[in-house]
Amino acid sequence: MSHAANIVISILFDGLAYAMFLFITSVGLSVTMGLMNFVNLAHGAFAMVGGYIVVSLTRSLGIDFVPALVISAVLVGIISIPFERFLYRRLYKATDLEQVLLTIGLAFMAIATFTYFYGPIPKSVPLPHWLEGDVNLGFRTFPSYRAFLIVVGAVLVTILWYAFERTNIGARIRAAVDNRRMAESVGINVDRLFTLTFAVGSGLAALGGGFAIQLFGLTPYFAVLYLVLFLIVVATGGLGSLKGTLLAALVIGIIDTGGKYMFPQAGNFFVYLVTVVVLLIKPAGFYGRE
Amino acid sequence: MAASESMTRSAEGEAARSRAAEFLLRRHYFRWPEALPWLIAIACFFVFPDRMTFGSQLLIMIMFALSLDLILGYAGIVTLGHAAFFGLGAYTVALASMKLGWTEPISGVFFGGAVAGLVGIVVGWFILRYRGLTLLMLTIAFAAMLQEGGNIRSDFTGGYDGLPGLTFDPLLGRFQYDLYGHTNYWYTLAALAVVFFVVRRIVYSPFGQALTGIRENVRRMHAIGSPVHRRLVTVYAISATIAGMAGALFTQTNAYVTLTVFDFDASAKVMVMLILGGTGRLYGAFLGAAVYMIFEDKLSKMSPTFWQFGIGLMLVLAVMFANRGLLGLGDKIRARLARWRAP
Repeated sequence: MSHAANIVISILFDGLAYAMFLFITSVGLSVTMGLMNFVNLAHGAFAMVGGYIVVSLTRSLGIDFVPALVISAVLVGIISIPFERFLYRRLYKATDLEQVLLTIGLAFMAIATFTYFYGPIPKSVPLPHWLEGDVNLGFRTFPSYRAFLIVVGAVLVTILWYAFERTNIGARIRAAVDNRRMAESVGINVDRLFTLTFAVGSGLAALGGGFAIQLFGLTPYFAVLYLVLFLIVVATGGLGSLKGTLLAALVIGIIDTGGKYMFPQAGNFFVYLVTVVVLLIKPAGFYGRE
Repeated sequence: MAASESMTRSAEGEAARSRAAEFLLRRHYFRWPEALPWLIAIACFFVFPDRMTFGSQLLIMIMFALSLDLILGYAGIVTLGHAAFFGLGAYTVALASMKLGWTEPISGVFFGGAVAGLVGIVVGWFILRYRGLTLLMLTIAFAAMLQEGGNIRSDFTGGYDGLPGLTFDPLLGRFQYDLYGHTNYWYTLAALAVVFFVVRRIVYSPFGQALTGIRENVRRMHAIGSPVHRRLVTVYAISATIAGMAGALFTQTNAYVTLTVFDFDASAKVMVMLILGGTGRLYGAFLGAAVYMIFEDKLSKMSPTFWQFGIGLMLVLAVMFANRGLLGLGDKIRARLARWRAP
């Protein structure tokens, strides 16, 4: 195979893995923001907490990486419920500014708490054998960890798509995103629906945080460092749209990977450029409602 | 009976109307307490002569927070990227000094402000049609693009290592920058005073009233034919200019600048200061920046972790219980005392 084709495949593969990470972490944020129009800057903090739970489970309790991911996602989902019930709920009707301040305050507190207990140095986790090294797909080899992430992402996309488009709860969520008042007046309990999606979204964020440990190295600052990227995915995808979030994650993931490969100096420049261009043309994102 | 009742009622209405008119006529008058921050600033020079570098930093942050108050507190534009303009001003002065040999400080500040203001017009024209999350993301992305762009051309900007060892002419050709920052303190204080009086004029002008109208009810402003977009772009450009001037002073005070001036943290920090003091009331910027910087100076030396936790907690509590900042809290307590004293 030619050198150029090899590079393109590498970029697409790494970009896809990155996109799956972005999708898993951001999808909950997109749906909750679509439902309640709530600007949640603490979403990255839930992902960070999820990552640290995985660290503790694998290193202190000796649980394997994959079950630890699942346990951490469930735990964070449960932990997020009281936050929604007692803090967020009071501010659904408040201004953007108050929501921004409350949630960024929570993110700062989370960063400080985890710095206190875990220190500021990046953590790593022991991986099972089958996730280390490469996997051979016949024509070439790929790193198995990223391949696993892509598989998990694809499975989650399918499950979420099915839940969103083919189940009763999914129909109710779509109805509430489209027109909250109308949905309430036909008897949908939007509050409870929101608690549910918030918990699931936070759990998925925790799963993303778990995957991030080996991708980027986990520090407490993860909570705000990647937050801007999650928000970019949500804003360019369109609030509350599964399709949009997936498309935005793919675009951002692949452009960022390609841009960094070809112009290592540029950092995240291309991501921000794409964001600005997309939002200026389609202010509500790819699939958002104007 | 009915007639006399209506007469007393109309007399009462008359009185209320004239009280309201009186209030509107007088609300821009200077009141005695307004001299207080300036007296404190002057007193600080004599009480803490060895902390003047910190004092200058504080004055610069007040100016930066004041610029944010103009758009956030008065026009209701929520931004998390205001550091972009601070940074533009800072780099304009630094690069002008290094590459062009423009080392005269006062004209440098105006130059920094002008560059930031011009960029503010262009950026504002594009982004101020949007609101909510879209606007928030555009402001964040713009500041981040400047930072990344600066990093791409780090041969030119010095990147994250910065441009150290900048030199500036003596002030007015006479006053040398001294090691203790005494000259710089007076210089910054004078600059802040000038900017403050301009901002104060703006917010009490009809233009300022229109901004408050846009903040409170944008649809109604459209309906009465107010040129909303033009007004927003104008105030955004003014605010960008002031932020740029603050950035320029920052570079001159420190004699170096790095790309961290564009950090997301820097934008968040100035917003926290303003919220802490109270938005939409000018002096919130003074109180908020002072409280924040003094606590940061003391606490972050002891434990940065606790300091960060403290800011987070403060923000949560502010949103829950004191959404108008410390000054708003003062108002509340005063109102409560007045009710308690009244029979």
